[in-house]
Amino acid sequence: MSAGIDLQNVSCDFGNFRAVDNATVAIKPGEFFSFLGPSGCGKTTILRMISGFIEPTAGTIKIGDKDMKGQRPNQRPTALIFQNLALFPLMSIWENISFGLEVRGVDKATRRAKAQALLEMVDLPGAADKMVSQLSGGQKQRVAIARALAVEPAVMLLDEPLSALDLKLRQHMRAELRAIQKRTGVTFIYITHDQGEALAMSDRVGVMSQGRIQQVANPRDIYNNPVNGFVASFVGENNIFTGTVTNPAGGMAGFDTAFGMFRARLGEQAKSGNIKLYVRPEHTILSETAAAENAVPVTVSEVSFEGAFIAVHGKTASGQTIVAEVRNDGSATVPEIGAARFAHFNAAHASILPDTTAVA
Amino acid sequence: MGNMIRRYGTSLTLLICLLTAFWLVMLVIVPNITLLESSFRPYLPVTEIGGPKDVYTAANYMKVFNGAIEISPFGFSFQIPVHVLTFSLTIFYSVIVTLICFALAYPLAYFMAKILHPRSLPTMFLLLFVPLWVSEVLRAFAWWIILALKGPLSWILMQLHLIDHEVRWIVGYNGVMIGLVYTYVLFMIFPVFNAISSLDSNQIEAAEDLGAPWWRIHWRIVLPHAKPGIASGAVMVFMLSAGSLLVPSILGSTTSQWFTQTVQQWMLDALDWNTAAAYAFILLLMCTLFVSLVMRVFRVKLSDIAN
Amino acid sequence: MHAIRQTLARVYAGAFIFYMLIPLVIMSAAAFNDNKTPSIVPWKGFTWKWFSALWADDRMWHAFQNTIFVAIAVSLISVIIGTAAAILINSVSGNLRAVLYSTMISTILIPGAVIGISTMIMWTKMGNALDTEFILFKPGLHLSVLGQVSYIASIVMLLVLARLQSFDQGLEEAALDLGATHAQVMKRILLPHLYPAIGAGAAVAFFQSIENFNVTQFTRGGADTLTVYVFSKVRSGITPTINALALLLIGVTLLLAVLYEIKRRRSANIEAAREAEARRAAALEEAII
Ligand SMILES: Nc1ncnc2c1ncn2[C@@H]1O[C@H](COP(=O)(O)OP(=O)(O)O)[C@@H](O)[C@H]1O
Ligand SMILES: [Mg+2]
Repeated sequence: MSAGIDLQNVSCDFGNFRAVDNATVAIKPGEFFSFLGPSGCGKTTILRMISGFIEPTAGTIKIGDKDMKGQRPNQRPTALIFQNLALFPLMSIWENISFGLEVRGVDKATRRAKAQALLEMVDLPGAADKMVSQLSGGQKQRVAIARALAVEPAVMLLDEPLSALDLKLRQHMRAELRAIQKRTGVTFIYITHDQGEALAMSDRVGVMSQGRIQQVANPRDIYNNPVNGFVASFVGENNIFTGTVTNPAGGMAGFDTAFGMFRARLGEQAKSGNIKLYVRPEHTILSETAAAENAVPVTVSEVSFEGAFIAVHGKTASGQTIVAEVRNDGSATVPEIGAARFAHFNAAHASILPDTTAVA
Repeated sequence: MGNMIRRYGTSLTLLICLLTAFWLVMLVIVPNITLLESSFRPYLPVTEIGGPKDVYTAANYMKVFNGAIEISPFGFSFQIPVHVLTFSLTIFYSVIVTLICFALAYPLAYFMAKILHPRSLPTMFLLLFVPLWVSEVLRAFAWWIILALKGPLSWILMQLHLIDHEVRWIVGYNGVMIGLVYTYVLFMIFPVFNAISSLDSNQIEAAEDLGAPWWRIHWRIVLPHAKPGIASGAVMVFMLSAGSLLVPSILGSTTSQWFTQTVQQWMLDALDWNTAAAYAFILLLMCTLFVSLVMRVFRVKLSDIAN
Repeated sequence: MHAIRQTLARVYAGAFIFYMLIPLVIMSAAAFNDNKTPSIVPWKGFTWKWFSALWADDRMWHAFQNTIFVAIAVSLISVIIGTAAAILINSVSGNLRAVLYSTMISTILIPGAVIGISTMIMWTKMGNALDTEFILFKPGLHLSVLGQVSYIASIVMLLVLARLQSFDQGLEEAALDLGATHAQVMKRILLPHLYPAIGAGAAVAFFQSIENFNVTQFTRGGADTLTVYVFSKVRSGITPTINALALLLIGVTLLLAVLYEIKRRRSANIEAAREAEARRAAALEEAII
């Protein structure tokens, strides 16, 4: 039923503008795969190439080992869930859901039964004869999913389907989408610019920037072992230090900064160019005495209470701000503003990476 | 075009293009080219068509200058060809009709857009639309009844002792103008209303707040904003008036002649289609010039006028 | 001062409505006056006889039939052509769009006499050139239909184009993605969205055709339509049968207008109820999560 998707060196140009640049990724059958990236980075374009609305300028797209070149959208085993859902406003809910079957010539009784079964699956058993305008945002979302599932696609393509919902409902629908995917076993390709969404739902994530896929990995690796500064910054906060690499050995290296010599893990792509050291606020610790390594003296300048944690901002002598996050579990003490502290971090939690925030 | 094929497929795209092409080519462009071509051909007996005498000539257009009559407006007396006179009077009275329509329509449009409660608008529209649904010939006929020598207008004025004997209302171009204004004033109201509705009422209030007198608010704020609507209304009213055949025929007097009537005489009475074509082309040319003039003066585009 | 101006405006609006409606009232009332010339003065007594005279007027009925045939043909053809043209305009851009659009719009501004004469000359000339006696190339009401379509299609095009502007192209893509063919997309998605505009276009085309005089006058050959018939009657001695006809026509159009308004209100109510339900569902959803 479900199929894998192979993108091999896929590029897409709009005039002189390269929207997708040399994308290569193999998505496994039954996988929940997300493309994550800021708005305009080419996510929708990738999805539209997979569904057949855009022909790639270069490269091959295979769905389940079958080359999709020249296959029109209505010939591909994909079902797309549009950003605005694109439910047909003039048809009832069950007609919407069974539209894909209708155009395949399935008789009315079968269609009706199938629509009812799908409505039950998405938890809307009584909605068959309603019109689209009678449904709430979350209900429309489910109808869109049911409509896509009705044609029994091998691959479901979802273009930021939750972006129109408000926060609470969005989090609820995340779990529901994930559950539906597990239940049906269909390959899901999910697009979002919300890193929380991508990390929480996906088996694997492809982070994109300016038309290029930066990194493909499971959510844990994306967060803990980003390959470059862009990925590190896009999926979370960082304290960043500039400096130069010295003595690389065994995946670790020294990093010579204005605050002295640090030690950290050396990223694979940190070969040349603009190299920086990244460490996450939750891995940054404030203490009254200097640690053995990787310590910077700071003056506490701001304490902001975020609920689950407390962010303590410290200023170095040169004016750089370093943030440390303290869990709000009562165990840690929160320093006063103006107190002198040392910010330090474990070498295993700090990465030396190329800074690609500015250039792709 | 690529976009269309992707959206609708090759065969539907082809069908859509063919239908549009049939309309524009067979019903619009070729007929008008034929009109132009015919207008340069002489009126010949059937046997001589295609013969040695069937050559291009501007003679049909020259007929406009035949048969001068003497007129004396404002004490100046001079000779003018009959058809040139008809043509000029048609333009002149169409312009007058357009101006009257604007004068009548503007206050009403402003009232509907800015004073009337929006809840009452549908009723107002319904009342205004009623005469629009009644066909032009009946509307002209209604005025033919009213303006008759012994008709209701004379009767009521006599009852009120405002006149002491029945008045012949349909003299000169009076009847024609009354009929045209009544028939076409709605074509001025709707575009001007639309234009004024889109004006933010806060602008009017701001101007009042700054102490502007009401006439200055209209002159400086409402009128400039309504310009595209006025242009659109003016074009519609002028074109419909100048092109009208019904109203001048029904409400015309013995001394009024409309250019379309002249065209009709060539076509249907004299059966000289080629001269009729030449005259029709002159009418078309005049209308095109008028539209371009309005577009230039009001600085609007054709697409604004269509709305 | 402000209040005085407002009152003046109201009085003016009232007077204007009066001015618009009184001729129609007078014309209708004259249908019941037992007087050979159509007028309300002098009033010679109430009668229904002009209605029976109208009923017996065969030439009128024939003209009426012709009018309906022409109007049906015109609205059918105009709707097809106008819809196609609107779809075309909506999917092209740049210079091509500007040229096509201007050409289409300009047909509304061409005087009816010009359209009538040019249509007449072109089709008869074509008949001569092809040396055929085929009816299409002779004067007659079919030429009136073609002439009327040439500008009425443009009105339909504008109505449909306005409706197309509110169409979400994503719906077409969604349907294609679900496996629909282009023809199915057209039939199930695009056209249903356009039906209100197409219906309005058909109605406008029908009424425009009924009241057309200029184009018909130059192309009709010997055939009568209602407008031509009334016109000839007004010019050549007239009896209040025309007033009876006018009253009937006004009655029918008013009836249609009222029916349309009722239907519009009803569907607006249904839509409002649906939206209210959607809001309730959203509130419930919020409560459950
Ligand atoms: N049809 C198009 N023509 C020209 N440029 C386009 C087109 N579609 C998308 N783009 C451009 O390609 C880039 C990527 O777009 P998109 O894939 O929609 O981004 P995302 O979905 O990640 O926000 C954007 O800069 C956008 O402006
Ligand atoms: Mg997008």
